[in-house]
Amino acid sequence: MSLLEIKNLHVKVESHEILKGINLTVNSGELHSIMGPNGSGKSTLAQVLARRENYLVTAGEILYDGKDLLSLKPEEAAAEGIFMAFQYPVEIPGITNVYFLRSALNAVRKHRALEEMDAMDFLPMFREKMKLLEMDEKLMNRSVNEGFSGGEKKRNEILQMAVLEPKLAILDETDSGLDIDALKIVAKGVNALRSVERSMIVVTHYQRLLNYIVPDFVHVLVNGRIVRSGGPELALELEEKGYVDAERQALAV
Amino acid sequence: MITAAQQLESYLGSFSRLEKQAAWSGLSWWRKLREDAFARFTEVGFPTPHDEDWRFTNVSAIAQTPFQLAGKESGRVSPEDLERWRVPGAACQLVFVNGRFSSELSRTGKLPAGVTASSLAEQFTKDPKVLELHLGRYLDIRRDAFSALNTAFTADGAYVHIPKGVVAGDPIYLLFVSTGNNEPLMTHPRNLIVAEEESQASVVEDYVSLNAGAAFCNTVTELVAGDSSVIAHYMIEREDPQAFNVSTLRIQQGRSANVASHSVLLGGGLVRNNVHPVLAGEGAECLINGLFIGNGRQHLDNYMLVEHASPHCDSRQFYNGILDGRARGVFHGRIVVHKDAQKTDAKQTNRNLLLSDDAQIDTKPQLEIYADDVKCTHGATIGQIEENALFYLRSRGIDEVSARKILLLAFANECLDRMKQDSVRTYLEALMNRHLFQVANSVPVARTDRGEDQGRNWEELG
Repeated sequence: MSLLEIKNLHVKVESHEILKGINLTVNSGELHSIMGPNGSGKSTLAQVLARRENYLVTAGEILYDGKDLLSLKPEEAAAEGIFMAFQYPVEIPGITNVYFLRSALNAVRKHRALEEMDAMDFLPMFREKMKLLEMDEKLMNRSVNEGFSGGEKKRNEILQMAVLEPKLAILDETDSGLDIDALKIVAKGVNALRSVERSMIVVTHYQRLLNYIVPDFVHVLVNGRIVRSGGPELALELEEKGYVDAERQALAV
Repeated sequence: MITAAQQLESYLGSFSRLEKQAAWSGLSWWRKLREDAFARFTEVGFPTPHDEDWRFTNVSAIAQTPFQLAGKESGRVSPEDLERWRVPGAACQLVFVNGRFSSELSRTGKLPAGVTASSLAEQFTKDPKVLELHLGRYLDIRRDAFSALNTAFTADGAYVHIPKGVVAGDPIYLLFVSTGNNEPLMTHPRNLIVAEEESQASVVEDYVSLNAGAAFCNTVTELVAGDSSVIAHYMIEREDPQAFNVSTLRIQQGRSANVASHSVLLGGGLVRNNVHPVLAGEGAECLINGLFIGNGRQHLDNYMLVEHASPHCDSRQFYNGILDGRARGVFHGRIVVHKDAQKTDAKQTNRNLLLSDDAQIDTKPQLEIYADDVKCTHGATIGQIEENALFYLRSRGIDEVSARKILLLAFANECLDRMKQDSVRTYLEALMNRHLFQVANSVPVARTDRGEDQGRNWEELG
């Protein structure tokens, strides 16, 4: 059974139609990349999957693990194993990273009928995951994302993913604004988390990230529709020719 | 409701009765001061919103309620009643029932040698000379009617003395219990805290109600911080929603004295929190830190008056407000830099979160600068819980109420983080955790369920 099935998804934001009939199936363990120019609807798709509420779904459905995803609140979707790495991680002054992540993990564990993790068990695990992302331990007790560099914020997103162990991870332009060293670290973290039980959707504008995180499938999203799908070679072709061809095709649809 | 004439007659009666039984009745210097204070009160009466300093706060409810002056045996409190307010780690806990010291309920013990923490009434009888040096010397009875009224009706309060060079590590805890009564009572606790040179201490004033009911607590604390002393003062207001609480903290700072005033206002119906430091000695430093959280119809007014009277002094004001329901908050931050106070560095920040459409905040900075080489900044913000942050937390599995609580806690933590890491802060963090959970819970949760008729409609979060 496929983990995620998006069928004919139409989404509006403030009466403006952004997604115009998306169809996408993701099976367990697969990594799909969604590429497309700015304003094509990539981030909207990611946000809808993470259950952000200010999007109006006008038609279509999303089945996640056989359940109607659109009936879930964001926290329910997270507890069911959906995780989105934010394009712009939010700063939350006054709450430490470690407090935030332990609260999140325990909320998710509670939903999964697992025992809460106390600080004694949580900290060694947390430190281990920080090492994977090559993060300074000092960031642990700093306020969530406050004063973090761009690279630190993105690594922090992947760190959260490592702690929460989702079934479906959506990375929304995780590569944007990263220098090559930071990009490699993030990619290393993501690759370490790939498994047959974890699917990923990597949303990106550029092919660069896909040199380090090699997808099973690439989809091109233009003007609210997936206009082409293929293997990793499609990403290279787009890098060469740009989105112009794809856009032309979209207009022809 | 009573008329002004009836009220004055009642106050005059209380004023004369107190004279006969008070601990200070043989002391002419205090009698003179209280007579002046009462004369001042009869002259000006309670302030009205026409007074600039009271523009946002109407105290006519205090003026119109026939409050009786609480007597010596005005309320019964058992030790068990106090259990919920005991603070672990305190050096001592002095308990005042309706403004009067209760030795049976108080716990003294771990105070360092030489440190006094006792009843003001007792001190009046035992050794009034040390009081004469300070009591009433700093509070200006002409500033407002409440200061005058407190001086006129002073019966008891706390007297704390830290000798030169002594470090009192554990907090000195003062608990003011209002018993609540069928008959509305007024109390006028008067506290004097004297910290001699190079001493160090922290003092907590905590105002609580045992039962519901109208009560009027008008408290004054004079805090004298000697040269190079380091003092932390905490004011916790968590009385009944029908309570009126007016508090005035008058701080006098000597050379290089470092004082932190922390206020946490959670309770009370009408609360006026006056903090008035005078940085009188060169190089003095003052932190004025506060958090006020209002719900229902609470009115929480914070009036700060920071006087820079000497060169090279720093003052920092940070007040955060969280207002829900129909609560109303006020932040009035006045900074006066006197002529000779060059190199003053004064900063003021007031941040507010409004959780409902009916909640309201009035914030007013007021800078009066008579020196020419100074740095003064002020800023105020008003906002709501940020939808982005709320979604971020929820997307990690945290339910909406908990996510709200976390964000409120984060906002409150800005104030708690400015407190020194000690038992008071630990206590306040736990208190805040419980309190903010209630606040977060009372905020209507945005609808995320799908109505039959709406198809796949998702309402935008407000």
